[in-house]
Amino acid sequence: MMISPVVLLANPTDEHDTHQEDAHHEEVAVEESEDGGIKKEIKEYIAHHLMDSYDFGLYSYTNEDSTKTYVGFPLPVILIDGGLKVFSSSKFHHGEAVAEVGGSYYKLDHGKIYKTDAAGTITYDEHHHATNEMPLDFSITKNVVFILLVFLIMFFMFRGMAKSYAKGNALPKGIGRFLEPIILYIRNDIAIPNIGKKKYKKYMSYLLTVFFFVWIINLFGLTPLGVNVTNNIAVTFSLAILTYLITTFTANKDYWKHIFWMPGVPVPMKIVLAPIELLGTFIKPFSLMIRLYANITAGHVVLMSIIGMIFIFANWLGGSLSFLLAFVLGILELLVAALQAYIFTMLSALYFGMAVEEHHHDEEH
Amino acid sequence: MEKLIGEFSFGLFFWQLFLFVGLILLLRKFAWKPILKAVEERESSIEDALEAAEAAKRQMAELKSNNEDLMNKARDERDAMLKEAREMKDKIVAEAKTTASAQAEKIIAEARESIQHEKMAAITELKNQVAVLSIEIAEKILKEELSSADKQKTLIDNVVKEINLN
Repeated sequence: MMISPVVLLANPTDEHDTHQEDAHHEEVAVEESEDGGIKKEIKEYIAHHLMDSYDFGLYSYTNEDSTKTYVGFPLPVILIDGGLKVFSSSKFHHGEAVAEVGGSYYKLDHGKIYKTDAAGTITYDEHHHATNEMPLDFSITKNVVFILLVFLIMFFMFRGMAKSYAKGNALPKGIGRFLEPIILYIRNDIAIPNIGKKKYKKYMSYLLTVFFFVWIINLFGLTPLGVNVTNNIAVTFSLAILTYLITTFTANKDYWKHIFWMPGVPVPMKIVLAPIELLGTFIKPFSLMIRLYANITAGHVVLMSIIGMIFIFANWLGGSLSFLLAFVLGILELLVAALQAYIFTMLSALYFGMAVEEHHHDEEH
Repeated sequence: MEKLIGEFSFGLFFWQLFLFVGLILLLRKFAWKPILKAVEERESSIEDALEAAEAAKRQMAELKSNNEDLMNKARDERDAMLKEAREMKDKIVAEAKTTASAQAEKIIAEARESIQHEKMAAITELKNQVAVLSIEIAEKILKEELSSADKQKTLIDNVVKEINLN
């Protein structure tokens, strides 16, 4: 019993193993005791939660006759596959049906859309990866919906805040009273110390936006809506690549000089250092991407596993202890949500600072 | 790593990048710039106000010290005036005293002199009177003495005697 969360943690997102009904079902069934079913269900739930989805599912349950009922609403699927194809994700019937759009057939498999034949056959290679062709997918998925939601929330919130300044004598009103200290903190304690008083201004828009975006979207991840945006590598990648691009395109001569021809060291060292430094410029934003992704994913997996333990224990002692633990962890995750936003912003500012730093070679080297 | 790449969804990446860059640009125009500008303006106005207050304080202190100087000067002047007045009074009194005493002395001296004069006049008068009286007495005595020949003779003898002695 007590080992179960560890098992869950050890292999949290490995949906290929858990979902692979036909190939793995027998092995899993052998290992399972009478409560193995619920463990498997929790595992699937967590794996499912960590993935993006094409419909906005609030919850689902299994009926008496073992059919599943999904509560939620479908979202638009946008594919580019020989022309633009837009249709409702309800056509997939949660992966159970083949969607036929304009003479092409598409099927959902492990949360991804594959092009199939009319029967919906999906072929797998030896690693259980589907080998079917994947159409270019610009669907408005659940995550995109929440990105859009945060977009709107942030736009109207900060627009309103900016307007409230215009009215009064430059005093914050309403939500501005709460937000202004945070904005000032980002300016005074993140941007100015890292970038410098002369050049911080042009980075403020990015730093403020990224901080509030990551924070708010992390907070949404903690609501019971079951959304989880920042644990998608695509999302953290797009944030990190912006930091990389801004760093690269605003960097001054000194920055490049320190990468390709490090001053103050012997020539052989310069040659050795150049590739290392160049690699470093990629590793920095890469670490940003992985850090945010891994922290949020880990937080969600642990939290959901502990919530899942309530169902595994299914007694009042274990259940209430798990609940208490989940509660404490939930509070911790609230902190992590803000902390990761802070770290992302802080490190971005640090990298920008490196890119625009003016070196005084006589003193420093 | 392979799993991460497998999880990577280009659609989500596209939407995130598109919406996020859009959000940055929109917020920069409609929120961050006005907010930061308002905050900066407020900060600079607070700074100015503080500086002005400091300046006012300094001015006030200056004014205060000026006032004090003025007061001190006035007080000194008053003291000086009082002192002068006192000196003047003392001087006047002293002068008056000396004048009065000189006058008194003069009067006394004059009085003494006139007394002396009167005295001298009186003495002279007395002397004259005494002389007249003496002459009258002597006349009467001589008339009496020389009334007989004997008496005249004794007198002559006495005078001769006296002359011889000399």
